[in-house]
Amino acid sequence: MNIHEYQAKQIFQKYGVPTPRGIIANTPDEAVANAKELGGKIWVVKAQIHAGGRGLGGGVKLAKSIDEVRELADEILGMTLVTHQTGPEGKLVQKVYIEEGANIVDELYLSVVLDRAAEMPIIMASTEGGMDIETVAAKTPEKIIKVAVDPAYGFQGFHGRELVFGLGITDKAEQKKMIQFASKLYKLYMENDAEMIEINPLIKTAEGDFLALDGKMGFDDSALGRHPDIEAMRDISEEDPDEREASQYGLSYIALDGEIGCMVNGAGLAMGTMDTINYMGGTPANFLDVGGTANAQTVAKGFEIILKNPNVKAIFVNIFGGIVRCDRIANGILEATKLVDVNVPVIVRLDGTNAPEAAEILKNANIDNIITATDLGDGAAKAVAAAKGE
Amino acid sequence: MSILINKDTKVIVQGFTGSEGTFHAEQCMAYGTNIVGGVTPGKGGQEHLGKPVFNTVKEAVASTGATVSMVFVPPAFVGDAVMEAASAGIELAVIITEGAPVKDMQAAKACAVKNGMMTIGPNCPGIITADECKIGIMPGNIFKKGNVGLISKSGTLTYEGANQVVNEGYGITTAVGIGGDPIIGLSYKQLLKMFQEDPETEAIVMIGEIGGDLEIQAAKFIEENITKPVVAFIAGQTAPKGKRMGHAGAIISGTAGTAKEKMDALESAGVKVVVSPAEIGKAIKEVLS
Repeated sequence: MNIHEYQAKQIFQKYGVPTPRGIIANTPDEAVANAKELGGKIWVVKAQIHAGGRGLGGGVKLAKSIDEVRELADEILGMTLVTHQTGPEGKLVQKVYIEEGANIVDELYLSVVLDRAAEMPIIMASTEGGMDIETVAAKTPEKIIKVAVDPAYGFQGFHGRELVFGLGITDKAEQKKMIQFASKLYKLYMENDAEMIEINPLIKTAEGDFLALDGKMGFDDSALGRHPDIEAMRDISEEDPDEREASQYGLSYIALDGEIGCMVNGAGLAMGTMDTINYMGGTPANFLDVGGTANAQTVAKGFEIILKNPNVKAIFVNIFGGIVRCDRIANGILEATKLVDVNVPVIVRLDGTNAPEAAEILKNANIDNIITATDLGDGAAKAVAAAKGE
Repeated sequence: MSILINKDTKVIVQGFTGSEGTFHAEQCMAYGTNIVGGVTPGKGGQEHLGKPVFNTVKEAVASTGATVSMVFVPPAFVGDAVMEAASAGIELAVIITEGAPVKDMQAAKACAVKNGMMTIGPNCPGIITADECKIGIMPGNIFKKGNVGLISKSGTLTYEGANQVVNEGYGITTAVGIGGDPIIGLSYKQLLKMFQEDPETEAIVMIGEIGGDLEIQAAKFIEENITKPVVAFIAGQTAPKGKRMGHAGAIISGTAGTAKEKMDALESAGVKVVVSPAEIGKAIKEVLS
């Protein structure tokens, strides 16, 4: 689960990680009131969406007067912001964060993420803040400092020294501030079951302070149960409504732009099915994993969600039953044809647990637009042909 | 021969009396797995499925001589259960449970390594040595005995791959589902090495997915160490680029983890890479004939 910048900064502040002062606004009026409350002469109006690249997309702007705060808030609220991380459809901006301006003398980069190979969290830092950090890593990898921290021992003095000397910070007071910054960030990463924290840029001010000017945070979904305060930060408007509806039925759904609807058990086989359709000259309309507990009701729901997409010309049901029993899937397909108007050909391949019973159920039902397939290759070929009207 | 487990392996079940644990322990026993008991705290002294229940893994090991544990406890207790198994001298823990917090698995894995215990999973179908021992949730009947080893991140693709190998007239020595969570136990490298050393295994099927760089590391390892033919499929060539928030994940591994990158790396390591899982069986036939 991801959260907004302003929420990440609330968590930072709770742990004593310094940030500029800011207040969230839902309307231009609130934006103006917030700017007045913050005081000063310069404010930054920042779109709150779950994606990076907001500045380049026009979602982060500087205001030099209260009137300008109103103008910019009015412009940004309600806009559809497209960045390299939103996909071409962009994201609707519903909140803006009004933040005080800062005297920036230097921009750094700092993040904490799990290093899967080392099997422990790693702190990454760079002097090249404010830039596209993936480009920095690709072109000048020596400018990325990596410090792995073993949770068995925690953040030690040497971790801090590796970071500050690596960043070329020589002033004693500044070294101390940066080490505290990183140590607190590591602490909040661990205590909140974070998956990723990224601050880009982390700024040094003219006053010699380090501040998190941005903040991105993602959390381990499996651990949300023990963090009700984090779970309360969930913004469902950032999630796709169809994907969300599917997840309530234990289905994992992602819409794509092709013509063949897919219903598969297991994420790996679901991706493999899409790959096979593509290989045979078709295009998948979605990814749909019915999970390990699929039954008649969830299968019917899956059909309903797939058929909401007007581009779907055929549906390929590909099940290799282990825990999932094929007879239940077959009954689900029959159920679906009663509940939803299934007006496209449905290609069904059921293999594994109770496959013979399932074949019998489908045969006896004798429904015109159900086409059975013997294996994955056969099913994909029939689905591609059906989508082409052959 | 086989790797890791065979008909003599003594297995206990952690989370033995729960509904999942009960159902799958029964299925494993029906397959022939030598389940010698189980652990459910507070139910020690009882009998379940005709086998003794213990309060702790330590008692279970002392009483039964079990060396392998199949873990079915709920997600929030997986870390604890794995550390208990490691501390009690279990040699291999097969963790089936889905949804264990990553932080818990990080600590559990470190504890396992320190105690010399191997782990498989979490969030995986388990491991099966055909016709001898099944520790997991896979449908046993599709794994006919033969000479192909199988390693897969994905559960259902394990079944798909094994089924195709069998349909071409070949069979399986051992199949291992390693799981795709951020922290996993045994991975491609260690298992490839075991299959290389297993005299009965003549070819290896390796099934991967997008994300991470385990398959890239495996490709390097195959190039240097594996002389047996390897067939590979990487799922997710057509998966949409994930909508991401940050960049830190991609920097850390130095790779975007795309299917293409992995397929190219494996291909240049001499692996026979197929573009659809429907081609796995045919590819095995090709490399073995």
